[in-house]
Amino acid sequence: MAITTPKSYFWKGFRDGAPFVFVAVPFGTLFGVFATEAGLNIIQILAFSATVFAGAAQFTALQLLQEQTPTAIVLASALAVNLRVAMYSASLTPYLGAAPIWQRACAAYLTVDQSYACSMIQFEKEPEMSLPQRMAYFFGSVTPITPLWVFATYLGAVLGTQIPDSWALDFALPITFLAMVGPMMRTLAHVVAAIVAIAVAILTVGVPFNLGLLIAGAAGMMAGAQAEVMMERRKA
Amino acid sequence: MTQIDATTIWFIIIGLAIGSFALRFAFIGFVGNRPMPPWLLRHLRYTAVAILPALIAPLVVWPSATEGQPDVARMAAAAVTLAVGLITKSVLAAIFTGAGTLYGLLYLLG
Repeated sequence: MAITTPKSYFWKGFRDGAPFVFVAVPFGTLFGVFATEAGLNIIQILAFSATVFAGAAQFTALQLLQEQTPTAIVLASALAVNLRVAMYSASLTPYLGAAPIWQRACAAYLTVDQSYACSMIQFEKEPEMSLPQRMAYFFGSVTPITPLWVFATYLGAVLGTQIPDSWALDFALPITFLAMVGPMMRTLAHVVAAIVAIAVAILTVGVPFNLGLLIAGAAGMMAGAQAEVMMERRKA
Repeated sequence: MTQIDATTIWFIIIGLAIGSFALRFAFIGFVGNRPMPPWLLRHLRYTAVAILPALIAPLVVWPSATEGQPDVARMAAAAVTLAVGLITKSVLAAIFTGAGTLYGLLYLLG
């Protein structure tokens, strides 16, 4: 298919990003419900979703807040969950780094799993794309989910208090996160990282302030990086 | 559920908003076209895959809804969700089968 203008790349991104609505809407709704049950009001919940714009980090913060974790640890843990967007930022940089600063700032705000995944596939598939075409594609890929993410959060916040205990929503977060983890296991190193992180998390449950999460995360990252080095050496 | 005070909540929201933007802007904004050390990228690659399971593991083993008593329905649901995600690579398929397992077992085991 011969498409050349930035505008047509915007729409191509839009189409490629559209299916993610089916993940973002339930996830956003769940966040709204969860946040309402934690005692946040609608303004706080909407501000949370619209400014932080990172579901996993938002859930982590709420979960830890409910466990009376000190504020600094809540922030550090939620940002640690979000460290992957720094990695996205890093790997998008060769493709988008030459754009004007205001465009890069907008792109930074909109760097999420979905826009990153779509864009990397597209940029690698068509290396001859121009910078404006790439930016148009990137913005296109997040356009379907951005407004719906905030709207879904609102919906969840409104529904929140009406949901009975028998729905076992306490377990919606584990199921959603575990479902995200399965498809991430692309290599043995990813599996090693996850297993080490789980083992350390279980062993450090008694550590105060929920610091176990940060310890386990760091241990998992180091294990994954180390496993990757060892696998490469074996290949060479 | 314990009430969290409004100042703390706003502090967390603003802190996370600024922090998350900083993380996203760090490379694309500040680094621009300069290369980054491979060891850093290698660690960053495993953040999500380490932190998410680490957050979930204690919630699966000691669920808050059962006051920390290990629970067959929740453990089974977690195992099914992870297995289906691994096999199908589909987040949605994993969520639906995991939730199905949870509700099915909660119903059967009363």
